[in-house]
Amino acid sequence: MVLQEIIIAGFGGQGILSAGRLLAYAGMLGNMNVSWLPSYGPEMRGGTANCNVIITDGQVGSPILNSSTSLIVMNTPSLAKFESFVEPGGIIVIDSSLVDRKCTRNDIKVFEIPATRIASEMGNQVFANIILLGKLVAETNIISKENFELALKKTLPPRKHHLIPEEMKAFELGMNYN
Amino acid sequence: MGEKMLMKGNEAIAEAAIRAGCRFYFGYPITPQSEISHYMARKMPEVNGTFIQAESEVAAINMVYGAASAGARVLTTSSSPGISLKQEGLSYIAGAELPAVIVNIVRSGPGLGGILPAQGDYFQAVKGGGHGDYKMVVLAPASVQEAYELTVEAFNIADRYRIASMIMGDGTLGQMMEVVEFRDEEDNKVYEKPWAATGTKLLRDHNVITSIYIDPVTLEKHNLNLQAKYKKISENETRVEVYNCDDADIIVAAYGTVARIVKNVIKTAEKEGIKVGLIRPVSLWPFPEKAFQKYADVPKAFLTVEMSAGQMVEDVRLSLNGRNEVHFYGRMGGMIPAQSEILDKIREILREAK
Repeated sequence: MVLQEIIIAGFGGQGILSAGRLLAYAGMLGNMNVSWLPSYGPEMRGGTANCNVIITDGQVGSPILNSSTSLIVMNTPSLAKFESFVEPGGIIVIDSSLVDRKCTRNDIKVFEIPATRIASEMGNQVFANIILLGKLVAETNIISKENFELALKKTLPPRKHHLIPEEMKAFELGMNYN
Repeated sequence: MGEKMLMKGNEAIAEAAIRAGCRFYFGYPITPQSEISHYMARKMPEVNGTFIQAESEVAAINMVYGAASAGARVLTTSSSPGISLKQEGLSYIAGAELPAVIVNIVRSGPGLGGILPAQGDYFQAVKGGGHGDYKMVVLAPASVQEAYELTVEAFNIADRYRIASMIMGDGTLGQMMEVVEFRDEEDNKVYEKPWAATGTKLLRDHNVITSIYIDPVTLEKHNLNLQAKYKKISENETRVEVYNCDDADIIVAAYGTVARIVKNVIKTAEKEGIKVGLIRPVSLWPFPEKAFQKYADVPKAFLTVEMSAGQMVEDVRLSLNGRNEVHFYGRMGGMIPAQSEILDKIREILREAK
């Protein structure tokens, strides 16, 4: 059975929730069962954001994750909060331009990518989340690149469609980052 | 089936109402259900419907009374504190036998409480939060797909019996996105409403919509009619999901989001050789008593899990009427029971039951 339980966490404004929604949308386009649950509680008012995404070819059980198969973190507090959630053998993708410490786990795969710096160099800092997603997708194969592009087309308003080639470039940069 | 969409529970409820032919929406924003209002504000003008952001929840429920009196399909939505404000109106709607749909995306209380998910409004919904002997049909979806399907059904039930139906979800259901597959066309029977106040055109007597009956003999007769209607609804409109209950060591009763968590627990427990069953009331009123009675003697014990201090557990106990042990595990304040906590509780109960 294909199953990815993904937590994406960081600050508000980094595109945490939209990254999760894109992933879920692409999963749906790949005929998977999906759920996306955003944090909407008081922590959000404090500026942090996270979401739970489940993509599976089986039934989605609880949409609320108490553990995960993978994690994307875009700030230090999120690493502290969620690194223990990842199951042994799982993966963590870290934006190392924003997270100022190392992951303490040695039973999981850790990928450090200076995504925000790379995105800034590309000329648009908001693509950092897409770069990290690219790495997650390359490591898990949970969605296809084609469905990700289609998800962008379906979820972005037409006035933003001109950004899609850039977003795909960011996605591929993440996929191929070593 | 028709179109597949990735939607929030709140949006699916709003879309369902429009598909069910609802053209009047009156509400007042409150987290975690405001997406319903947003959706309606956007979509109602496109279908020649009416969206009004009322000046208060009390105003909104009385607008519902008005639109329902004229025979319209009408919706109001809110979350716990707002639903408390609507209780007087709900009692009047019950007294006047008006069909209407109310959505409560429950948050944690009491008082203003918090904005996170809870199930603390169960008593208010199923036992009657307003005054007098009345009932509402209360439906509790556990997925976005079910939120859509039950909302359409809520309108049909409301019209069929001239009763208020409530969709009761929690913040998780409202906020989460899942794939929802819409039917090409809804099975919206058109219910004749000869009782509605639509103007006599001088061809018939006035239709009077009221809940006041000063004469006690008349009022008792009205009440007996209501009770007969509620009995008929109990017989015809009970909905329940029974899962994995044959030969279960323990049967868990849970509804809405919590039932989803329990389904994960069932899988984990299976690996330890513990067979956990689930009875998920889909209609909270009428309560699926018969499902509990059918399995009363099967497990070593029952466990009710809720995001409350223990409300539905009372109906589980009433249904079983002493035939088996009923335990309870609950979290409050917006805390969601973790799978591991539920499993610990199951292990503890089974250890003591041996």
